[in-house]
Amino acid sequence: MDIHEYQAKELLARFGVPIPRGSVAYSPDQAVYVATELGGWHWAVKAQVHAGGRGKAGGVRLCRTYGEVAQAAKDLLGKTLVTAQTGSEGKIVQRLYIEVAEPFEREIYLGLVLDRKAQRIRVVASAEGGMEIEDIAKSKPDSIRQVQVEPAVGLQPFQARELAFGLGLNIKQVSRAVTAIMGCYRAFRDLDATMVEINPLVVTKDNRVLALDAKMSFDDNALFRRPQISEMRDPSQEDPREAQANQHGLNYVGLAGDIGCIINGAGLAMATMDMIKYAGGEPANFLDVGGGASPERVAEAFRLVLSDRNVKAILVNIFAGINRCDWVAQGVVQAARDLKVPLVVRLAGTNVEAGNQIIKESGLPIISADTLADAAEKAVAAAHGKAA
Amino acid sequence: MSILINERTKVIVQGFTGDKATFHANEMICYGTNLVGGVTPGKGSQKHLDRPVFNTVKEAVAATGAEASLAFVPPPYAADALMEAADAGLRLVCIITDGIPAQDMMRVKRYLMRYPKEKRTLVVGPNCAGIISPGKAMLGIMPGHIYTRGNVGIVSRSGTLGYEAAAQMTALGIGVSTSVGIGGDPINGSSFLDHMALFEADPETKAVVMIGEIGGPQEAEASQWIKENMSKPVIGYVAGLTAPKGRRMGHAGAIISAEGDTAAEKAEIMKSYGLHVAPSASELGATVARALASL
Repeated sequence: MDIHEYQAKELLARFGVPIPRGSVAYSPDQAVYVATELGGWHWAVKAQVHAGGRGKAGGVRLCRTYGEVAQAAKDLLGKTLVTAQTGSEGKIVQRLYIEVAEPFEREIYLGLVLDRKAQRIRVVASAEGGMEIEDIAKSKPDSIRQVQVEPAVGLQPFQARELAFGLGLNIKQVSRAVTAIMGCYRAFRDLDATMVEINPLVVTKDNRVLALDAKMSFDDNALFRRPQISEMRDPSQEDPREAQANQHGLNYVGLAGDIGCIINGAGLAMATMDMIKYAGGEPANFLDVGGGASPERVAEAFRLVLSDRNVKAILVNIFAGINRCDWVAQGVVQAARDLKVPLVVRLAGTNVEAGNQIIKESGLPIISADTLADAAEKAVAAAHGKAA
Repeated sequence: MSILINERTKVIVQGFTGDKATFHANEMICYGTNLVGGVTPGKGSQKHLDRPVFNTVKEAVAATGAEASLAFVPPPYAADALMEAADAGLRLVCIITDGIPAQDMMRVKRYLMRYPKEKRTLVVGPNCAGIISPGKAMLGIMPGHIYTRGNVGIVSRSGTLGYEAAAQMTALGIGVSTSVGIGGDPINGSSFLDHMALFEADPETKAVVMIGEIGGPQEAEASQWIKENMSKPVIGYVAGLTAPKGRRMGHAGAIISAEGDTAAEKAEIMKSYGLHVAPSASELGATVARALASL
């Protein structure tokens, strides 16, 4: 789960990470009010969306007067911001973060991630802040310093110090950078984050170290014990279909194609989508109905897939283990009664004969398939309006 | 032979008396697994499925001589259950549970390192379908009837894609020595590589199928090890060619976030290390048959 910059900053500040003064605003009036309350001479008005690359996309405005703050807020609120990370559909701006703009001397990159290879938390830093870490890795790989965290004892101050000295900071700056790094680590650990990124972490003329931007992502599997994080969820930043799927315990990811997919198991779902591509088609979605494909779940899966208007055919591929094919078939037949698009069904595994019998006897125009390849080819033919 | 489990392996179930655990424990017994009891804290000294229930894993091990466990414990308590199993000296724990926090698994892996390698518990999973040595024993939730006994090992991140491979092989008359599901989570108990080494040492296994997914470095790591250490042919496949970057595809581990994470890149790596790469999921069985014919 992702959260907004202002939420990440709020959380990090609680762990001692220094941040510029700022506050959230939902309207131009509120933005101006926030700026007057904050005081100072310059303010950054920042669009709050769940994506990076806001600066380049015009989502961050530096303002010198209250009038400029009001104008920036008017321009940004309600706008759909398209950045390098949002995809072409963009993300809607409904909240702004108004921050006192601080002049700074240096920009540093600081990131904490779950390292799958080492199976530990890894802290990454670079003196080349302000660029995306992927670009730093390509253009200035030698500037990247990193340490791994031993899970039994956690990140130690000496490790943070090594990083800070490695960035070429002076001793005053080092001790403040250590505070920021340790704070980010404690937030990562205590809140079950999967990613904390401060880019840039800036150093001011008077040797202060501040998190100018902040991004945090959280482990969905740990939200059950982080209710304060769950509450920060912003549905406006999520695909409505994915959010709806989530509520029903289904895994859905919308894609650009026209063949709707209903499959049990994430691996089989991905493999089936690949088969559709081989057969010359494009999948409209990823959808894993999970282990227990009950009639209710199958019905919900059909509703979700059909809510995508681009869908021209549906492919159901179920390899039944615990859930028997006859049971799945009953669910499919029920859900397919009023279907307007062609439906291809491939069943395999437990009670496959009984399952296929139910499909056959339903009297519905369901296209049966025996194998994975057969199913994909028939679905592509059906979507293109040809008889298989 | 087979790897990890056979008909003699003494097995317990952690979270024994829950609904799902009861159903699958019964399936395991019917399949011929030597299930000797189970653990549910607070239900010790009761009987369940005609087998004794214990309060702790240590008690279960002392009374039954259990070597392996199938853990059916809800996510908040899963890490605790795995550490308890390790502390009780079980050789193998297979954990089916989906939804365990990544940092919990990190702690479990660190905890396992307390034990010297020869005494260290091997954890299979989480978020997996389990282990089956066809015709001998089953430690998981798979449909046992789709597997036939034979000489090809399977290691798969995905459960149902592993079934697909086994079914295609059965249709071609190719049997399985042992099939292992390592699970779809970013941090798992054991990797492709751990099981490759076991299959290499198993005289009954003649070839191995490795079924990967997008995300993570484990397919590449295993492929390099195979090139350097393995005498048996390995058939590889990676699902997720159509997966977009940065989106989680069902499994928490199935997300393209770094270089080398995509299906195409992984398949290329497999090829470069000499694996027989199945061009698509529907050709898994045929690719195994070709690899066996070239032996």
